[in-house]
Amino acid sequence: MTIPARFGPYGGRYVPETVIPALDELTAAYGRLKDDSAFQAEFESLLKDFVGRPTPLYFAARLTAKLGGPHIYLKREDLCHTGAHKINNTVGQLLLAAEMGKTRIIAETGAGQHGVATATAAALFGIPCAIYMGVKDIARQELNVVRMKLLGAEVLPVDSGSKSLKDAMNEAIRDWVSNVEHTYYVIGSVAGPAPYPALVRDFQSVIGREAREQILAAEKKLPTELIACVGGGSNAMGLFAAFLDDEVGMIGVEAAGEGLESGKHGASIERGRRGVLHGSMSYILQDAYGQILEAHSISAGLDYPGVGPEHSWLHDEGRVRYDSVTDAEALAAFTMLSETEGIIPALESSHAIAWLARHAGDYGRDDVVIVNLSGRGDKDVHQAARALGIME
Amino acid sequence: MSRLEDVFAASSKKALLMPYTTGGYPGMHECRHVMESFISGGADMIELGVPFSDPLADGPVVQASSQRALEQGVTPDDVLTLASEFSARIPIVLMVYYNCVFAYGQDRFIEAAAAAGVNGLIVPDLPVDEATEFMVSCRERGVDPILLVAPTSPDDRIDLIAENASGFIYCVSVTGVTGARTSLSDQLPAFLERVRARTRVPLAVGFGVSTPEHAAEVARHADGVIIGSRLISLVSDAQDIDIAGRAVEHFLKEVNEVLE
Repeated sequence: MTIPARFGPYGGRYVPETVIPALDELTAAYGRLKDDSAFQAEFESLLKDFVGRPTPLYFAARLTAKLGGPHIYLKREDLCHTGAHKINNTVGQLLLAAEMGKTRIIAETGAGQHGVATATAAALFGIPCAIYMGVKDIARQELNVVRMKLLGAEVLPVDSGSKSLKDAMNEAIRDWVSNVEHTYYVIGSVAGPAPYPALVRDFQSVIGREAREQILAAEKKLPTELIACVGGGSNAMGLFAAFLDDEVGMIGVEAAGEGLESGKHGASIERGRRGVLHGSMSYILQDAYGQILEAHSISAGLDYPGVGPEHSWLHDEGRVRYDSVTDAEALAAFTMLSETEGIIPALESSHAIAWLARHAGDYGRDDVVIVNLSGRGDKDVHQAARALGIME
Repeated sequence: MSRLEDVFAASSKKALLMPYTTGGYPGMHECRHVMESFISGGADMIELGVPFSDPLADGPVVQASSQRALEQGVTPDDVLTLASEFSARIPIVLMVYYNCVFAYGQDRFIEAAAAAGVNGLIVPDLPVDEATEFMVSCRERGVDPILLVAPTSPDDRIDLIAENASGFIYCVSVTGVTGARTSLSDQLPAFLERVRARTRVPLAVGFGVSTPEHAAEVARHADGVIIGSRLISLVSDAQDIDIAGRAVEHFLKEVNEVLE
């Protein structure tokens, strides 16, 4: 089966020539294994027994009552092993890397969730692993740094540029360019050069396939709308993919940071322009000369000046609506979900909850929405506590 | 033939010397001084980089120079100005990441480069498969699109690159990013022979070439030697720009001796 290299004008392979043969090799390997029943069976077995799937689609009764809008279901990706949806993709890619005979794994990470998920999958397969992480993120996601080290991964601090996810990805690409013959690069979002955006989406699409079945069982109908946060956009694509042919609305929630007008945000689709970053054409935050701007978000996972190319296409096509919420709104949602449902969400996922809190009144009481609760908030408690004034 | 190919054809040297600097590094005035030193050191062409925020094909030295230039407010227009000031005296090849070309407007950028007298454009993150329109636009304006080949490129890709190449082909000496290295890859001769067998376009070698000995080795198998990170380090290590200029000139003269 063919793997799309482009989504409309977006995507492509804007990378140094050195890694093009490796992308060809990956495309060929994935093309071969994508429909291979033994490969898929092994993937499904790992998702079930190692990741803990299927994750529940949980009816949030108290949140529904509190917001007074639609019936709210939460897709509980926070209950995945390692605490976020990221593990779906890393288990899939490690399986692929092992099949391809690669002997070293590298990855970039922002919030640390993808780094932890990669280190976990690498440990599972017994392949050495190095994770690039910006020093700014290392400081605000200490827990995940310790987890990666416990899992046997080497955490490589990145001190260049904005010292966060964007620069970690630059450094991971440079490593890959230098060690491409034996190293497999596990990209954590639906970003990067082809075939990664399609490959990561496919590995994450289990989220939407399960949710679709679960909502039909619970409500006997499809949902009115799906809501997911978008940094690079893998949890959103994972949820959306199974519903693209249905009459289901979709909202991608970007980080408005300190407000879109402040210039300190991560709203690549709302405020960016078309351009090339990390190997693909997409919406990116950049100045008039094409220099990439620093993104800002209280959530390290949304602190990225680009977005996956398929999201740019879905935006242009009008298939998905993209909006944004601020740090303050996300923090309020973080607290609200914790108190109302006994679930501490990741700050990333809190953006999706916050968007719903703001718009609940726009829905009818018969409407049904699914919010992708992409990760749990343990990693964020220190930062949230500081921001909320709970502790120094 | 393009002007760049003419320059290769007309030279009696074993290989042409092409020093690199990041445009506007460490400042506009200082960069002019460095470019003068390139000429007095015996450069045959100059590769001038447009600073970019996310230079993912570059190692730490070129990255730092790029960041420094950006902090000084250097823009692609400033680098084009530098090119225009020197292009009557020496061929200029511009190295620019694709987003800077795209943001400027592809045709508009190539037009501006042609107007500044630039002879070739190297876009390290625009492999030949993505470069179709770019190459057409370059040729319409008399600028050579300089394509890169890597040691990892299989023969059929070298053929594809060779079919589309003009000016020269940029042979990446190592599987890696830019930066000075203590030794060249022992697989370099075989790689260059593999490319040589597939094209008559001149071959220039860069990434990691950092000593006269390296240059001599490269000159045995290729037509041009590109030196970047080593020169930038000479500039960044010097106490002032006059010392830097003398160090650059002295180093290039040493390299030139082995190329004559």
